[in-house]
Formats: sequence, structure tokens, C-alpha cells
Amino acid sequence: MIRSLPCSRLYITGYRFYITLFYIFLIMPLVTICILAFNDSHYIALPWQGFSLDWFFADTNERLGLFKDTNLLLSIWTSFKTGFFVALFSTVVGTMAALLFEEENFRLKGLLYFLALAPLVIPGVVLGISILLSSTNAGLYLEDTFGVDVEFLRPSFWLVVIGQFSFGATYVMLLVSARLKKFDRTLEEAALSLRATRLQVIYLITLPFLRPAIIGAFIVAFLISFSNFNTTIFLVGSDPTLPVDLYSRIKFSSTPVLNAVSFMIVAFITLAASISFFLHRKSE
Amino acid sequence: MKKSNSTFYLLITPVLLWLLALIVIPHLDMLFRSFRFETDDGLWVFSLNNYLAFFEDSIYWFTFVQTALYSIGVTILAFVVTFPVAFFLTKVVGKRYSSFMTLLLLIPIWIGELVTVYGWMILLRDNGVINSFLLKIGVIDTPVEMLFTNFSMTIGLLYISMLFMIVPMMSALESMDDSLIEAASDLGASKWTIFRQIVIPYTTPGIVSGGIIVFMLVIGDYVAPNILGGKSSLWFTEQIYNKFLATFNWSEGAAFGFLLLLLSSSIVWVALKLSGQKLDKVGS
Repeated sequence: MIRSLPCSRLYITGYRFYITLFYIFLIMPLVTICILAFNDSHYIALPWQGFSLDWFFADTNERLGLFKDTNLLLSIWTSFKTGFFVALFSTVVGTMAALLFEEENFRLKGLLYFLALAPLVIPGVVLGISILLSSTNAGLYLEDTFGVDVEFLRPSFWLVVIGQFSFGATYVMLLVSARLKKFDRTLEEAALSLRATRLQVIYLITLPFLRPAIIGAFIVAFLISFSNFNTTIFLVGSDPTLPVDLYSRIKFSSTPVLNAVSFMIVAFITLAASISFFLHRKSE
Repeated sequence: MKKSNSTFYLLITPVLLWLLALIVIPHLDMLFRSFRFETDDGLWVFSLNNYLAFFEDSIYWFTFVQTALYSIGVTILAFVVTFPVAFFLTKVVGKRYSSFMTLLLLIPIWIGELVTVYGWMILLRDNGVINSFLLKIGVIDTPVEMLFTNFSMTIGLLYISMLFMIVPMMSALESMDDSLIEAASDLGASKWTIFRQIVIPYTTPGIVSGGIIVFMLVIGDYVAPNILGGKSSLWFTEQIYNKFLATFNWSEGAAFGFLLLLLSSSIVWVALKLSGQKLDKVGS
């Protein structure tokens, strides 16, 4: 049953067979997209018509490749920008929240902590519509009362950033808190007794200790933002992010350029994962 | 430890802003809006009409119930499918393979649901990869209709959510001492007994937190039901999208959003109560 216990041959073979099936199930859609990205065809699926790079580089009336499709490139760029700002804001506020809940004591702490965890159990759709509703209300109020038009309160790039930040900060907080729990408090106490101020302690001792977790949390927040659809769709303005653009193409105008984009994403993530894997292994 | 007040305020201000402006106020706004109704004269009045609309039209509450039952079903399915994998990776396979195989599990998570759901769409189409393969080897004569059914929707929902369950189950299993299983086995316990009496009770925290994450992802998902589902695969998030982005009836949409939030949080609450867990364990 486990490594140290002997088992019947049938049991082991059966178990391995199941695991193999599971992994086939797991990588089948990814491998399929990657292969079909190079299919010399006008249709997103089979039959295989031969190898071609058209869906990456072609620029004809019939075929518009990924690197020539300005709308698609623009939505990829929007997603990168969104991801960067969401990761930045989430990392700053999420780290502050982790420090606050791990190191400080105050009234209503339990309630605030519950609220900070709430995005885990609020469906993304609900988060999206509630932020859309209240930002629209706030925008209307400002316009009626002061006559000013605040652009980021309408569906726009910055509203998407705000919406994704609202749950990104929760994930950062959890990742940083997990590392903070392993922190040796006597280091802080030693510094404080040597007359360091509280801010100096955080800046010189706590933050350097948290650095790996903060960098990791930044990357996680970026990736969460980059693939988010459920919340984004309600807040998006005239500049769609990549998932929103992909969705409307899948629904209304699918060409194999979708395979090409998907291939790029799969290749990028696999590469990044492998690099982190080997770096991790080296450091062990 | 001595705390300085200025640091405390520096930490709590952004956190309070985040929680009030993006979590508390938007949801109060949504609740408020769900009781507002525009009369024929264009006046906004307090009313229960938005909720009455939900109960009067059977399609709405039918979708509501179907979404709830399906989400619970997919969560159970995800547990059944992934538990053997989590056990295999932590207890059965050698360390060398296990880290590589775990890495493979993370890749589809980061690729994002739009790409993976799209991959399943290509696989399951009438002229898709699976049908072409089955036709070629002669198992079937005509393509089997798989896409746009409840089957394809379930596959999609399972695929996008199940991996989030493996990680918490693996960390629970990792902390479990192998000698517990060895002792039980020496005393003559069967595999089933060991599994039911030792492994499952020990892993319950991991199963519950993983299950809640899976459930939330499934019940709040829009992409898989919308792209892979058929005419009968109604999903409650789709009703909310329609209210907001197609018919622009935001008041009814807010009521529906609130009902979805109520549904998901009460099911999560019951799951936490039944297993005696706290919400903050879910995140970690």
C-alpha cells in the first residue's frame, strides 16, 4: 500500500494504470492545442492538413497570424499591464495585512480577518457585479454632486485592476502569513531592545525574512490576474484582457489563431514551471 | 513586545480601505440594489419584486437547484478522482518522480481555464480529436455527440477545479506518519479498513479545504458551462451574466447575485460545521 509495505502485483499494476490514465486526461487538451497550432487548416480542429506556421506569422485576407493580429497583441499587452498592477497593489496591501493580523492586536481583529478571507468564499461573479454596482453608484453620485466625471469608476482598465486586486490581496496575505508563522520572534525583540523603531524592525528584519514569500506571492497574484475571467468580464471597458478577448473569439469567430495563442501560453507556463523546478532542485 | 501606534495605523489604513471599499460597501450596495425596483413612472421604490421574479419563473429556481446539486456532485467526483493521485504522489511513488509529477499538476492550474476549456472543446467536438480517433479505429461509425452536453460540461468543470483539491490533500498526507499505516497493516487490517479508519480521518482537514475551494470554483464558474454546456446545462452564473450584460436589469441581477452568495456561503458553512473546521484553515 505504501513504499515500505509489500503489495500484490495486481494492485500495483492497477494503481499505476489509473495514475497513467489520470495524467493522460490531464495533458490531453494541452497537447492537442499545441499540435493543432501548427495545423495548415482554416478550422480549429482536425483533420491534420500538414505543418504550417501561418497561424503565427501569416498576414493575408484569409489568415491572420498571432504576431500580425494587432487586436490580439493589444489584449495580451493589456493583460500584462493589468497583471503587473494587480500584483503590485496586492503584494503591498496583502503583505501589510499579513503583518497586521500576525503581529498586532486590536479590537474587531477577528471580524476584519474574516472579511479579508471572504473573497475565498465569494464567487468571482458576485465580486464582479458588486464592485460594478457600487463603482457606478459612486460615479453617478460624484457627477451629480460635484459635476466631475471619474473615469476609473466606469468599466475600464483601472476598474479591472481594482476588481482583481480585491481578491488578489487575500491570496498574497495567505502566502505571506504562512511564512510569517515560521518567523523567529526573538529576532524582532532583540532589535527592539537595541532601540530600533518598529518601522526599522519591519524594514530591516521582517521584510528581508519574508522576501522569498513576497516574490512568490507577486508571481501568484500576476498569474491569477492574467487568467481571470469571471470578475473581469463585468468591469472591462473598451480594452479587453486576453481571457475576455479569447472568450469572445471562441464564442463568435474561432480561427486557429486561438490554438496559436494557447500554444504560447502553454509553452510559457511550462517553461516558467520547469525553470523554477530546476532552480528549486539546485538549491536543495 | 512594545508596539508603536504609528506603525499600527500605517498598516491598518490600507487594509481597512481595501476591506471597506471593495468588500463591505459593494456587497451592501448589491443587497440594497436587490430591493430596489423601478416602477412604470420611472420611480425607484423599495420592493421584493426582484426576488419574486426568481420564484415566479420556474427556469430560475430550477437552474439554481441544478447548479447547487451539480456543484456538490462535481466536488465529490473531484475527490474520488484525485484522492488516489494525492496518495500515490505522497506515499507510493519514489521521491524523485513525485516532485516532477507534482509539477505537472500545477501547469494546468496556471495556464488558466479559458485555454484548457478551449482544449476540451477541440477534443470533444463532432469532428474533434476523440471522435476522429474512435472513428479511425472503428469503434463507432458516426461521431458521438459529446460537446454541448451535460457530459462535456462536467468534464470541463472537473478539469478546471480538481487540481485545486490535490494540493491541500497532499500536504495533509505528507504530515501523516507512515508507521501508522504499517502498524495497522501488521495488526492485520485490510486496505479498505486502513483507508477508512486511518487515512481518511487523518486527511479530513485537507479534504474539506480542498473540497470548499473546488466547490466555490465550480458554483461560480461561467466559462465551462457556457462554452462546453448544451441547452439543458443551465448554470446560475449565466442568468446573472444575462441580467447584467444582456437585458441590463441590474436590480434583478443584484438579487440573483445575492441569492448565489447566500447559497454558496450556506453550503460552505454547513461543510465547515460538519467537519468542525475554521475558515482560515481553508486558505492555508
